Amino acid sequence: MSDKNSQGPVWEVFTQKKSGQAFQHAGSLHAFDREMALENARDLYTRRDKPFGLWVVPASAIVAVSSEDSEAFFDPSDDKTYRHPTFYDIPEEVKNL
Amino acid sequence: MTIELQEKLQDFQTYIDAEEKIEPGDWMPDDYRAHNVRQISQHAHSEVIGMQPEGNWITRAPSLRAKKILLAKIQDEGGHGLYLYSAAETLGISRDELIEQLHEGKAKYSSVFNYPTLNWADIGAIGWLVDGAAVTNQLSLRRTSYGPYARAMFRICNEESFHQRQGYEIMMKMANGTPEQREMAQDALNRWWWPALMMFGPHDNQSQRTHKGMMWKIKRASNDELRQRFIDKTVPQAEFLGLTIPDPDLRWNPDTNQYDTGEINWDEFHQVISGNGPCNRERMDHHKKVHEEGAWVREAAAAFAAKKQAQQN
Ligand SMILES: [Fe+2]
Ligand SMILES: [Fe+2]
Repeated sequence: MSDKNSQGPVWEVFTQKKSGQAFQHAGSLHAFDREMALENARDLYTRRDKPFGLWVVPASAIVAVSSEDSEAFFDPSDDKTYRHPTFYDIPEEVKNL
Repeated sequence: MTIELQEKLQDFQTYIDAEEKIEPGDWMPDDYRAHNVRQISQHAHSEVIGMQPEGNWITRAPSLRAKKILLAKIQDEGGHGLYLYSAAETLGISRDELIEQLHEGKAKYSSVFNYPTLNWADIGAIGWLVDGAAVTNQLSLRRTSYGPYARAMFRICNEESFHQRQGYEIMMKMANGTPEQREMAQDALNRWWWPALMMFGPHDNQSQRTHKGMMWKIKRASNDELRQRFIDKTVPQAEFLGLTIPDPDLRWNPDTNQYDTGEINWDEFHQVISGNGPCNRERMDHHKKVHEEGAWVREAAAAFAAKKQAQQN
């Protein structure tokens, strides 16, 4: 499809509900520069429930794993059951472990 | 169709049937992409064009409270349009193309926004009925199979609940006001009831796209199912207001546990959809005008960003 773009690049928006919490993806928007991206993000994604933190990231900077590759890509983490606490047999009389 | 493509389509269907969501980078049938672009953009355009009939009353709202509420509500609708444009753009179409399609009449928007807002009670009726119908559809679309669309629906539904309530509040005030106000409320219900029912689209047996939309779980409930849902929850709300739904055939059916209704005037529906509603021309002209008048802002912002970029390098 055509490359015509009069709206500026796309930015991804992340909001943090409270101090200390993880940032969460909120959505995306168009803006011509960083300042405009922040202001647009505020107006578009924080009209209610005032958040604590806000990130905007150029969408072109996001690197993603596609759903098709997801299985193979994350496979290595599947077979390491010793990473889970339940893997280990500890006698019941031992407490606080 | 090659065997390879057939297998891909089958895998795709299995994935959808397992209630997994499709994400922007994933493989999808061309038709799935096109169906989503059409539906999401039509939805986005409806949110944006829908700002016009309500915007008509901002300067004439009866109180500062009413004006603030209406402004906030309309700002939300603009936001809904932007969420949805963003979702459509993840499918590879640009914002400019989407707007071009609207201006060229290739993309549609909900026919309901081609009706005029004649008096303040219309603002009540729109919030109550038009937003009520929209949210019935949108609640169901939270389970749509395209991830970005589903996420936009969650966000929108959270914001919509106030829209419907503010509309109903206006209706309550007018229905309990002077005889003239009561008459205005009834008149607004008379004019918006049928257009609101038309928002759900043609009957299931008349709608060519329903089959694929349901198969791919883009749509999660049929037009008639959603319309019935809306009718069943709205009729008691009208009764509470002491207003009469303008349908002499409307009655509760104890066998089906739902309301039976008269037939929609499909002729009117097709007239309005094909451009001959009372305000089609006005809505489109206004959108084009504002878009053109804003061109210099976009150009200036682009030039400013380029200049700052050059200074940094
Ligand atoms: Fe909306
Ligand atoms: Fe709304």
